[in-house]
Amino acid sequence: MIRVVLPHNLRTLAGVGREVQVEVAGTATQRSVLDALEADYPPLRGTIRDVATQRRRPLVRFFACEEDLSDESPDSPLPDAVAAGNEPYLIIGAMAGG
Amino acid sequence: MSTVRVLVGTRKGAFTLTSDGKRERWEVGGPHFAGWEIYHLKGSPADPNRLYASQSSSWFGQVLQRSDDGGNTWEAVGNQFQYDGVTGTHKWYDGSQHPWEFARVWHLEPSLDDPDIVYAGVEDAAMFRTVDGGQTWREFSGLRTHDTGPSWQPGAGGLCLHTIVLDPSNPERIFAAISAAGAFRSDDAGNSWRPVNRGLRSEGIPDPDAEVGHCVHRLAMHPSRPNVLFMQKHWDVMRSDDAGESWREISGDLPTDFGFAIDVHAHEPDTVYVVPITSDSHHFVPDGKLRVYRSRAGGDEWEPLTKGLPQSNCYVNVLRDAMATDSLDSCGVYFGTSGGQVYASADAGDSWAPIVRDLPAVLSVEVQTLP
Repeated sequence: MIRVVLPHNLRTLAGVGREVQVEVAGTATQRSVLDALEADYPPLRGTIRDVATQRRRPLVRFFACEEDLSDESPDSPLPDAVAAGNEPYLIIGAMAGG
Repeated sequence: MSTVRVLVGTRKGAFTLTSDGKRERWEVGGPHFAGWEIYHLKGSPADPNRLYASQSSSWFGQVLQRSDDGGNTWEAVGNQFQYDGVTGTHKWYDGSQHPWEFARVWHLEPSLDDPDIVYAGVEDAAMFRTVDGGQTWREFSGLRTHDTGPSWQPGAGGLCLHTIVLDPSNPERIFAAISAAGAFRSDDAGNSWRPVNRGLRSEGIPDPDAEVGHCVHRLAMHPSRPNVLFMQKHWDVMRSDDAGESWREISGDLPTDFGFAIDVHAHEPDTVYVVPITSDSHHFVPDGKLRVYRSRAGGDEWEPLTKGLPQSNCYVNVLRDAMATDSLDSCGVYFGTSGGQVYASADAGDSWAPIVRDLPAVLSVEVQTLP
């Protein structure tokens, strides 16, 4: 079970609270977590990653365990603490403007 | 008694304003989609409880929302707007060629007779259509791939297709307007397009009367007279009596002919409304006075409408999609401002009162007249 923290605008869009939990099969990676998140909450499709390219939207950032994973390979394993559900995977709207 | 529902899109959410036919007391609903930009929301003429809303964010992209109960509840529908085929390039601000990139939906125009069909005008400029209530969207690529496409250049707000007008007498005919390319017309239900800009003159482009390149801000039509179009251009208010084949200027005695919004009285096809804005650099009303101008002669002669509107220290803008009319008798006129006010007139513009004063900056105003 992976814990995912969403930014406010995506919480209201998905109709959820601050944190959701998703199940992934096999090794937890950013791609597998985001795939599971979009499968569980279809309104989020296209809001985090471009639908066609699957690239992270420019003003979205991914943090975990006090590290910025935004530019890491989407297929790299997530930190053990995230995979174990001890730490959340944070999806952040980048600070840009007020 | 009829009721009126005003649909307001703002920089930070959508609002619904409802009243009975007297249009004196209003109930304010919302914010819906709080925190998101709502460029436009509009109801289906065929089913007034079917609403569509364009929800977007620089962070999280485009979402399309649909309501089947008049805006009480909403469902996110399809948000994939993929350009059809080779994307190509258009002119960028610096004159270089730039790939077409989808940014957002500016305008939603539901079909006149089928609530599942909606036309969407998007940035970078293109037109899409859904026939399944918003689940899937397909481009009318004949517009974007027009021979002149590589010469289209964005206006200050982007290269946006912001106006779609459906001809109620001819389902094959659609008008569209793009900043800054001009007006276009399709006579085959959106498959092919041609520019209809003869008579326009724009000093801001190298060839002032070029076939394309004009920053058309808005088109308006009265449904009883679909060959007559009114246009607010970047500068100049224009009129066509031949479905866009030719245009003539009708700015007449307006204090300035820059502006964004233009609309037509519901029952008087020659009564037209504009909100003059000082200039393209100022983007606020002249002399600190918020004045709607009305022509009862189809242009050229204009009267200021000021009763109930601030006449000092007012420096707001009224954007292109932020004016609408209801179809009651007498006709109601509505507009929203960059300062978050939505004003209503229940007497065709003779007098005005604010429905709300302190919304986020208003991007769009539409009105539904409900039985």
